[in-house]
Amino acid sequence: MNRLKRWMLLLAALAIVAAACSSGGTTTTAAGGGDTGGDTGDEMTEPLEVAFVYVAPIGDLGWTWAHDQGRKAIEDQFGDKVKTTFVENVPEGPDAERVIRDLAQKGNDLIITTSFGFMDPTIAVASEFPDVEFVHISGFKTADNVSTLFGRMYQPRYLSGIVAGAATETNTIGYVAAFPIPEVIRGINAFALGVQQSAPDAVVKVVWTNTWFGPPEEKEAAEALLASGADVIAQHQDTTEPQKAAADAGAFSIGYDSDMRAFVGDTVLTSPVWNWGVKYVDIVQQMLDGTYKGGFQYWGGMDDGIVDLAPMSPLVSEETSAVVEKARQAIIAGQTDVFCGPIEGANGNMVVADGKCLTDGEMLSMDWFVAGVEGEAPAEAPTGLGE
Amino acid sequence: MNLPYRITLEKRLDTPRIVLWLVPVVSILIALAFGAIVLAFAGANPLEAYGQILTGAFGSLTAWLDGQFYAVSETVVRTVPLILTGLAVAVAFRMRFWNIGAEGQLVFGGVFAAWVALFLPGVIPGIPQTPWVYLPLMALAAVAGGAIWALIPAFLKAYLEVDEIITTIMLNFVAILTYQYLFTGPWKDPEGQGFPGSALFPEFTWLPRLTGRVTLGLVLALAAAVVVWLVFDHTKLGYEIALMGENPEAARYAGVNRASIIIVVMVLSGGLAGLAGFTETAGISHRLQQGLAIGNGFTGIIVAWVAKLRPGWIVVVAFLLSALFVGGDQLQISMGLPASIGAFFQGMILLFILGGDVFTRYRVKITRRPAAVAVEV
Repeated sequence: MNRLKRWMLLLAALAIVAAACSSGGTTTTAAGGGDTGGDTGDEMTEPLEVAFVYVAPIGDLGWTWAHDQGRKAIEDQFGDKVKTTFVENVPEGPDAERVIRDLAQKGNDLIITTSFGFMDPTIAVASEFPDVEFVHISGFKTADNVSTLFGRMYQPRYLSGIVAGAATETNTIGYVAAFPIPEVIRGINAFALGVQQSAPDAVVKVVWTNTWFGPPEEKEAAEALLASGADVIAQHQDTTEPQKAAADAGAFSIGYDSDMRAFVGDTVLTSPVWNWGVKYVDIVQQMLDGTYKGGFQYWGGMDDGIVDLAPMSPLVSEETSAVVEKARQAIIAGQTDVFCGPIEGANGNMVVADGKCLTDGEMLSMDWFVAGVEGEAPAEAPTGLGE
Repeated sequence: MNLPYRITLEKRLDTPRIVLWLVPVVSILIALAFGAIVLAFAGANPLEAYGQILTGAFGSLTAWLDGQFYAVSETVVRTVPLILTGLAVAVAFRMRFWNIGAEGQLVFGGVFAAWVALFLPGVIPGIPQTPWVYLPLMALAAVAGGAIWALIPAFLKAYLEVDEIITTIMLNFVAILTYQYLFTGPWKDPEGQGFPGSALFPEFTWLPRLTGRVTLGLVLALAAAVVVWLVFDHTKLGYEIALMGENPEAARYAGVNRASIIIVVMVLSGGLAGLAGFTETAGISHRLQQGLAIGNGFTGIIVAWVAKLRPGWIVVVAFLLSALFVGGDQLQISMGLPASIGAFFQGMILLFILGGDVFTRYRVKITRRPAAVAVEV
């Protein structure tokens, strides 16, 4: 019933637009004239319109590029049944609200906003367009028509840490990081725990850039870390700049977001990657089937395939690859997870006791560093977490 | 190169009225023509693209008849901070004090306003918690914040002759980093799960909305333009500022105290920029978060310059520039062009308008060279 009403409204709107566009042109037969018997509602199905709001240009080859791969996966999968649009380089904050509202007004059925800073604008616009579905990446606020989508990136980050630990000779690994927020801190901690699997005495030095997308800042931070003795560079940014800086200095690096080895070369030993298409295709399929129910919170791991580790560079030894693959299978099978005790905090506190694992809530609000991480964390490591 | 003619630029002693009008119009037309070429290369129909920019910025006839003025209201939203930063820059530039620091002064204004909204109710609970009391307090705090930040380069220039271009530029970064430190550190929302951003301001500190997202900030910005116009054209201070700019020696003979006028001008300039921080935090974002320092302070320089530092024109130019930004989004949304095309297009229009200004101040003179010069081996 509701669906029918929506179609009729759409038809009415189309008729108005058509009338406005072709004023003075030839008169067109209005839909529903009944001259062609075959025009049933099903055959006139408009494509599902899906819009993406990106924080950086697709050319970042990282975060936004990975989301755009997801958009392309939708197009490849559904062809004419979907129509996708995207707006790139949208600054986080109040300006984003205008772009999102504009997309909603243009009749998109699904709007995916792909940066944390789009959370409040997404919620604000969603309340005005109850018939439009919204998916926000990486936030924590939901509504009836706003779902959140994210992945357990800490799992492949841990695996990439094992690779970095095997590669370092100076026992110093640099980590260029955007903002001191739980998502990023969780990644650093997981990475450091992985590093310690292969190099127990290694330290991970963190530099904050305070920007997701800042090619010059990212490069400078990597150079500063290299100058302070790091011989492997990892990162939580949007672009390939830290990888390039490492390659220029003859050092190894660990990519992020996309398989950065494809863009920078074999010095990128591996990359924890996002496969957004997995979930985007799933959501669009449900919307086309009419089974979609918004307002969910999704936080999937390597078992769903939304996050994974990119193929190893030929510079990584067979032995290391085997260790990583074994750990990967154990996590996928659910035998273990990254944040299971014993885990010591950077201040010496025993944060997670042996036999306990952090809850999702504790992971999602993580604001402290594990032992072996050097840098400024927002808080001191607590004690007695996990269950 | 030996042309039989020599082309020279000659300074105009006075500019005919027709030239004042013709030059910007021709500049924009040339920019649009060049823009059409770029758009065509990017695979878009230029006329359709221009149509989309116009409807994106101002709305369409059908939307207006439908009573929808959303598009133009968003253009107005973006205009408000540009008017204020444009005025801020104009006040300083009129004295040839090159204040490139409006961005940082805006940010400091936002920080001061945010402090009042977030913490004053706790510090002094006795203040009535109504917009009637809190909004003026926040506006004053924002003006103070911008002015304080502007006073640093003012004192350095007035008493130590430190170049203001360097100090105002560098203080932008200090202001932005301070503001980021506050909302990622001590002012972080305790309920924000550690994510950057202050808590939401209490509702009695929000600027009332007139329509859409347009707030009372619009009235404030227009009032500021009137005040600056009055100061420029109808006060002794305005005269002294202009005199200092045109001829500092003459100003000294006329008894203008250089140090104190630098300080007064920068309090005005920084205060106006700070006010933009107030309209953006109290009006739009309702919290201190990423997105306050998005370049309005720098765009204000362009606004002031294109408007030739005149307050009335600043309002007009701010609106047109804002239309270019808001409508430019449509190149992506409706035309599917990359974001860089929009930025490129905006940059080109500004370049032509600023470049065209040469012809209002100079005239092109073509003279025939003496024949002898053409003889060469």
